[in-house]
Amino acid sequence: MIEVNHLVKEYHISKRQSGLKNAFKALFVHDDTVVRALNDVSFKIDDGEIVGYIGPNGAGKSTTIKTLCGILTPDSGSCLVNGYVPWKDRRAYVKDIGVVFGQRSQLWWDVPIIDSFDLIKDIYSIDTSEYKKNLDELSQLLNLCEIMKTPTRNLSLGQRMKCEIAASLLHNPRILFLDEPTIGLDAVSKLAVRDFIKRINKEKNTTVILTTHDMQDIEALTERVMLIGKGEILLDGSMNELKRKVSDKKKIIVKYKGNRPEICDWMSVDEEKENEITISFCPKTISASDCITYLLKQVEIVDLEVFDISADEMVAKLYEEYHI
Amino acid sequence: MWVYFKMMLLNLESQMQYKISFVMTVIGQFVTAFTGFIGIKFMFDYMDSVGEFEYYDVMLCFGIVTLAFSIGEALGGGMATFASVLGNGEFDRALVRPLNTVLQILAPRVDFTRAGLLIQAIGVLVYVIPKSNIIWEWKKIVTLVLMIGCGSVLFFSLFLFKATFSFFTIQNLDFMNIFTYGAKEYGKYPFGVYGKRILNFLTFIIPLALVQYYPLLYLIGKRNEDYYMFSPLLSLFFLMPCYLFFSFGVRKYKSTGS
Repeated sequence: MIEVNHLVKEYHISKRQSGLKNAFKALFVHDDTVVRALNDVSFKIDDGEIVGYIGPNGAGKSTTIKTLCGILTPDSGSCLVNGYVPWKDRRAYVKDIGVVFGQRSQLWWDVPIIDSFDLIKDIYSIDTSEYKKNLDELSQLLNLCEIMKTPTRNLSLGQRMKCEIAASLLHNPRILFLDEPTIGLDAVSKLAVRDFIKRINKEKNTTVILTTHDMQDIEALTERVMLIGKGEILLDGSMNELKRKVSDKKKIIVKYKGNRPEICDWMSVDEEKENEITISFCPKTISASDCITYLLKQVEIVDLEVFDISADEMVAKLYEEYHI
Repeated sequence: MWVYFKMMLLNLESQMQYKISFVMTVIGQFVTAFTGFIGIKFMFDYMDSVGEFEYYDVMLCFGIVTLAFSIGEALGGGMATFASVLGNGEFDRALVRPLNTVLQILAPRVDFTRAGLLIQAIGVLVYVIPKSNIIWEWKKIVTLVLMIGCGSVLFFSLFLFKATFSFFTIQNLDFMNIFTYGAKEYGKYPFGVYGKRILNFLTFIIPLALVQYYPLLYLIGKRNEDYYMFSPLLSLFFLMPCYLFFSFGVRKYKSTGS
């Protein structure tokens, strides 16, 4: 259970003009500008939820995650995770969380994976029997058995990420923070990692908080999405809700034989090619089946596809809408 | 404590992965330090004493300081890379683990290539101890052990102090090397030979003389008051402000982010 209330965090960034002269000046005169990384952020996450945390670069995503992990101390506001204040009871608190920073490894570069895992066993003082059980389970699910004796430096990016995730789950954390877990992975590894995260969430009821720029991750994994921009939570809801918010339109691509079909008032043409037409419509005024029936009456349809706007489009629109 | 020890072992394992590099560095360390030894030897070919100290006194001093330095540097020298630890997020990683942050950064950075220097220092001591005119009763042995032990802690503190600056500047400050690598060099000779002012500075500000000059006087029989024997213990107080300064840095980092 995570409860965050009115979190505020400011950074002081010294600004100066370019040039050597100004560099000298900056040695003596500090011209600080204050940037609000978090501006009154509040939310609540229940046990066992998977939450996607999205927002453009510099919106305050990492600041939030770092605060939740106990790395940063906020200027004001409260935060209670599993009954702890992260930055105050750091050592007791972090026993219950797992953190995967996409770019910051917790594996030892030059020694076999299994050695890094053994060290983690000691770091979290995991029970030997429990450690063995978890290790077996994780290495089977993630297919790590063959690479256990390989040093990290000899692994591919995908293998390494799988090991990172396994490493952060050895101590059975109740909350898992994932920062860009699929960055740079090939399609197969991506799918494997996603499946695994879902599975862990279902079987162990692990709460997962995921930050990513890959909207497919979000679509595949999360029920709930939070959008942050300029330090404020702008939206908090399910993926479908967000989509509806951005656009209530659906699209049909129709491939047909013969003459171009006529379009009625409730439809509009987005794109037209030879024997192919993309139509958008609003499901509130006309249902998809009515649309198709209407078209079928006029032409022979070879192929058709109905879809919502894509997650990427949605996010782009959201960013645009909120000017972030 | 076991987990920190295990981190050291893993680090040794990592360093050994590059066998040739490891061996060459150890040999390099040894050779560099050997020039210091030769230097003292040549000097004493032309003169009989430095100040009130004779050849074996200086050699003893050299051996002790080098040994203390090699231990202190092996443990704390890795802190020199602290700026990069902040930059690459390794410190964040340490903060999300249920362990002491300082030891987590230190343990994997223990530098085993310092063995070259360590072996040299032990060699010098083995060479000089039987030849010196000291009668090795237990009081002298305690003094020697305290000099080496407290000296290591003091050098470690200095490295820690130096590393803390990287919290504030994100660059290492080279002037601090005067008290680490520099002290190893000028610490070959008993600090008394540099004059009263420098001796005072090294007694009250950076207490290097407490682990070197005063106990050495007792060791070679120039002073006979027993309290000289325990002067190295006083230097341990220096660790406190260094550690506090470091903790202050950690707190400041925690509130400003990377």
